Amino acid sequence: MSEPVAALNGAIFAGGIADVWEVPLQGMITLRGDLANARLTKAVASVLSGKVPQPGRTTITADRGAAWMSPDEILILCAYDEASSTLAALEKALDGFHALVVNVSDARASFRVSGPPAREVMGKLCPVDLSPAAFTSGMFRRTRMAQVPAAFWLCDDDTFQVICFRSHAQYVFDLLSVASQGGSGVGVY
Amino acid sequence: MLILTCPVCSVTAEETEFHGGGEAHLTRFGPGASEEEFENYLFMRENPRGVHFERWRHVYGCGKWFHAARCTTTLEVFGTYPAQTLEPPKTLRAQISKKRPGWFWRGFE
Repeated sequence: MSEPVAALNGAIFAGGIADVWEVPLQGMITLRGDLANARLTKAVASVLSGKVPQPGRTTITADRGAAWMSPDEILILCAYDEASSTLAALEKALDGFHALVVNVSDARASFRVSGPPAREVMGKLCPVDLSPAAFTSGMFRRTRMAQVPAAFWLCDDDTFQVICFRSHAQYVFDLLSVASQGGSGVGVY
Repeated sequence: MLILTCPVCSVTAEETEFHGGGEAHLTRFGPGASEEEFENYLFMRENPRGVHFERWRHVYGCGKWFHAARCTTTLEVFGTYPAQTLEPPKTLRAQISKKRPGWFWRGFE
């Protein structure tokens, strides 16, 4: 049996204005379907013991919860080794309902950017207003990070978690490391 | 640079988060159409100086298509509206008329 490893094997960048590190493998499940349908909300409530997130928001705390991806898609986070059992439970709960549930754990890479200037580091790379008033805890944003798609949310006031495609992992890690280099603070937020 | 608001996920972002999809509200002609109709559908596009209607896709965000009305000279965005719309909505047309009296686009004014 092969041993699953994260895309960059837990790469770390420290010593800059913000710390960047790769998050260990995380269970991720894509659920597509009519998010307003009672059958789907019931399935999510019973399997995840949580609600379907509102548009542009996430219910992720620590490494569990769900995030709103588009009007017909949510991303479910769980522990890596629980992904297949969560998937099976969701499939069972949605049996016969028009929905798609897929385990995408190995298709993604995940990073954290931490430190007081974390908003600036993200602001250098994404066309998003990240001022503390505009981007608050509980919000989830899919956007462009330099040249690749990415999504992020706030773990706490000074920490972002970023997810991107696994094939973009090195590129995104390099981007975040360059953007958090020492002395590169801008001081806008 | 355009600042667009996606009517699907209500996110306001600049145009690099979106992708343009060409002119809006085209009527498609396929097999069985006359050659002239097919030519018009395939090649003939508006190239206005002023009010224009376009399709856009929120490609780095929710991934959905929508419509946008904008001015080609000032890059002012008059509004965005859902993709499931066959013609520019009346309220939006009235708003544009206030800002650009006498505008004309493909039979709408």
